[in-house]
Amino acid sequence: MTGMIEVSLWRGKADGRYQTYQVPQRANQTVLDVVTWVQRNADPTLSYRFACRVGMCGSCAMTVNGRPRWTCRTHTSKVIEDGKLEIGPLANLPVIKDLAADLTRFFEKWQRAKGVFAPSKTRKDPIERISPASAPRIAADAAIECINCAVCYAACDTVRWNEDYLGPAALNRAWTLVNDVKDAGNKTRLAAIAEAGGCHACHSHQSCQEHCPNKLNPTASIAGLKRRTMQAYIKGEL
Amino acid sequence: MNVRLYVLQRATAAIMAPLVIGHLIVIFYATSRGLSAGDILGRTRGSVGWGLFYGVFVLAVAIHGAIGLRGILAEWTPLKSKGALDALMWLFGLTLAALGLRAVMAVVL
Repeated sequence: MTGMIEVSLWRGKADGRYQTYQVPQRANQTVLDVVTWVQRNADPTLSYRFACRVGMCGSCAMTVNGRPRWTCRTHTSKVIEDGKLEIGPLANLPVIKDLAADLTRFFEKWQRAKGVFAPSKTRKDPIERISPASAPRIAADAAIECINCAVCYAACDTVRWNEDYLGPAALNRAWTLVNDVKDAGNKTRLAAIAEAGGCHACHSHQSCQEHCPNKLNPTASIAGLKRRTMQAYIKGEL
Repeated sequence: MNVRLYVLQRATAAIMAPLVIGHLIVIFYATSRGLSAGDILGRTRGSVGWGLFYGVFVLAVAIHGAIGLRGILAEWTPLKSKGALDALMWLFGLTLAALGLRAVMAVVL
């Protein structure tokens, strides 16, 4: 495959602008390859973030032709439009510089949603056996492969409208722990996600599951949290 | 929206669903039979049943609508203060309830 791609990259902070580069088109070329080519051959001051390049670390998500994507696993041939690519930082997050978004707020919300395992046993207790066929484990398994890429967060309308909203990824993480029978933190976790900005702020637009590169369904996780918090509220536990 | 508002909004929606259907049946019945205002008032005046039907309907609408309006204001306007949002929610809900209950009383009492 030959030819050139007209690539527009966001340069600067929030008040920056798109700058266009001509990048050689290659077979099996990813969007991350394109960005890397620009930095190594056209402008070494270009800032962007990546680590593993194989869809494991969740570092390289960007907005590609208006849609949040993991760039290391996105082939240019599948997203290019009229020979052009427009690549910007993730939406719904502050821009540090160029293509690097500031994820501080995103991870603070994981903390707010109590997305940390709360142990219920000591190291002296025997390891609890969890049947893979048990209902809580199946529910946790369905949501657990999140790589923290923030694609769902950037795609979420509710995050855009309500800066207090915890977002799909943090709530999806909370759902995996709610279903972890070894976790002892559900009382505080359910109380945290039942507050304003928690799971009940979700409008079920399902952009998170539409855009999730790992094909997870945070909308279903959030629906589970809505049910669980509602039951706890009716029982007077919240 | 917190869990309390969420439960209230879903519960009032569940109450309203059959009441809306009942209200539509009443409208179709009254118009197809050509009932006059006097005929309708003759049936509703002093009726505990109609008073309860529309009284509950009005209260459910007031709660449901006020919570919904609070959500719209929070997400679509620059208004972010929890106190202001709650105040407007209460004001809208109480106004709806007062106007609706006044109308119910006018046809029942």
